[in-house]
Amino acid sequence: MRSEHILKVDNLVVGYEEKTVIHDVSLEIPDGKISVIIGANACGKSTLLKAMTRIITPKSGVVTLDGEPIRPMNPKQLARICGLLPQDPVVPEGVTVSDLVARGRYPHQKFLQGQTKQDLEAVTEAMEIMDIIELANRSMNELSGGQRQRAWIATALAQQTDILFLDEPTTFLDINYQIEILDLMADLNQRKQTTIVMVLHDINLAARYADQLFAMKNGKLIAQGAPNDIVTEKLIMDVFGMKSRIISDTVSKSPYVIPIGRHFCDL
Amino acid sequence: MMNHLENLAFIEEGQKKRKIRYRIVEAVLLLLAIILCGLMMTVGNTYYSPRTVIQVLAGKDVQGAAFTILTLRLPRMIAGITTGFSFGLAGSVFQTMLRNPLANPNIIGITSASSAGAVFCILILHAGGSIVFGGSILAATVTAIMIYLLSKLKKYSTGRLILVGIGFQALMNSAVSYFLLIGSEKDLAGALRWMSGSLNGVQMTSIYLLLVAMLICVPLILFYAKSLKILELGEESATTMGVNTNKARGILLVSSVVLVAVATATTGPIAFVSFLSGPIAKRITGHGNSSPVIAGLFGVVLVLAADMIGQQAFAIRFPVGVITGLLGAPYLIYLLIRMNRHGEF
Repeated sequence: MRSEHILKVDNLVVGYEEKTVIHDVSLEIPDGKISVIIGANACGKSTLLKAMTRIITPKSGVVTLDGEPIRPMNPKQLARICGLLPQDPVVPEGVTVSDLVARGRYPHQKFLQGQTKQDLEAVTEAMEIMDIIELANRSMNELSGGQRQRAWIATALAQQTDILFLDEPTTFLDINYQIEILDLMADLNQRKQTTIVMVLHDINLAARYADQLFAMKNGKLIAQGAPNDIVTEKLIMDVFGMKSRIISDTVSKSPYVIPIGRHFCDL
Repeated sequence: MMNHLENLAFIEEGQKKRKIRYRIVEAVLLLLAIILCGLMMTVGNTYYSPRTVIQVLAGKDVQGAAFTILTLRLPRMIAGITTGFSFGLAGSVFQTMLRNPLANPNIIGITSASSAGAVFCILILHAGGSIVFGGSILAATVTAIMIYLLSKLKKYSTGRLILVGIGFQALMNSAVSYFLLIGSEKDLAGALRWMSGSLNGVQMTSIYLLLVAMLICVPLILFYAKSLKILELGEESATTMGVNTNKARGILLVSSVVLVAVATATTGPIAFVSFLSGPIAKRITGHGNSSPVIAGLFGVVLVLAADMIGQQAFAIRFPVGVITGLLGAPYLIYLLIRMNRHGEF
């Protein structure tokens, strides 16, 4: 059912007016894996995600999917392969959860065609994966932050793409909901081999859930690889400008960053 | 945890319920519009029975009735239907796409520009008829383009579009005041009548032009109604869900501006119809399930009902725009207070 995809970024330069936000970044997203882009505020990580999803036009360089540049591709065709959960999606007033999720079927629908059996099937399945069936007829405005985020992810899942981008999906959520969302993403990756590309703020959650980390600084890609290979005290210094100790996460065996501030350290 | 088939049925049932409510709202609005049309044709200075009306419409020359029905009441009714639908439909497209009820031709100066253009033609050029019609369309179109270009400077934002639009509205309103000050007294009555928005004496030629505009713009808007629902989710979602955002937005905006401009040129600005229809249609369909068509139907009912009230309810006759203005102003205040409370500015 799922087909393999090669998503590549070549010599990408992105900027707003005179300011250049991304300087000459090249990378390849590993297929069927979870990739996480990390970096300090304003390092260009969200911009990179937006360039890969065609929201922003790069100044130069190219993003290709299976060897073809994505820019001239048919929008609906691309939307059947790549989906995105934006950082700040807009909820139409009063819309119910299942109606919102159903809008995710847009790239699969023909003009003037109503909902098909496959559409209903995809909507239901997406809501089952995110465990929000009981919320189907509730209004989005009544939901908690965590529930709302799950509804948005279900909308992206209903799109049934092989690649899913998420722009800081855990921001503003309590820690339990953050874990819940990331666990669901890991489930999705394992069950359907969906390629997941996320921007995450929390370096420790990134190190735990990522197969591949991309570390950015000042618009440049400065390191990439498996968390256990690349997360070092030096990298954290380079990326965040902060001293730290790296220990092994006792739960997941992934690297765990402990910040060293000016207080409370008896070293 | 329910099983998959139960889940499917549960989701489908909810969707069906909302669809039924939508169809009921549609049917009720349609029925109300038909009833109002019937009343407009029969009730007036003289009452004509539905039978007489039908006979006249079928081409029979009934003494006395034929002139009143064919020359006075029929154009009035058609004008009410076409402008009501155009205002409601176009207004709701604006509001949905720009995700703000204030982003409406009434508020962002396009309607005021129509008035300024028309009043200029009446008072300064001493023109009438088709020149006023053309002048008002020209002014509205040029203003819409300027608002769009100015709000696009650097980076487009809806907030800026609304503020630029409100600025243009002030500018256009002061232009109208200026023309009224320097205009000659004999033209003033005509200008004022135009500005209040009235179904009186609408020329059939302008209605034909409006019908042509509707024949082109309404299908375009309906064709893009699905994309509009995706655009509503924000620029980023729409792009990654496969909407060609620039094309869809461009076509929807241009079609709506043309509809509003031609409809306004036909009857004058019928206050607040395009502003009220969308949000009220949303309220009655519920669940964020409204559509431009429902808003258009509501616009028809609003214009026809307001015209009936203006013509029949008081000792003096009021043009339809005065009545819709009375309804719309309190709603605008309510909306501003509510948006302020929710921090939507």
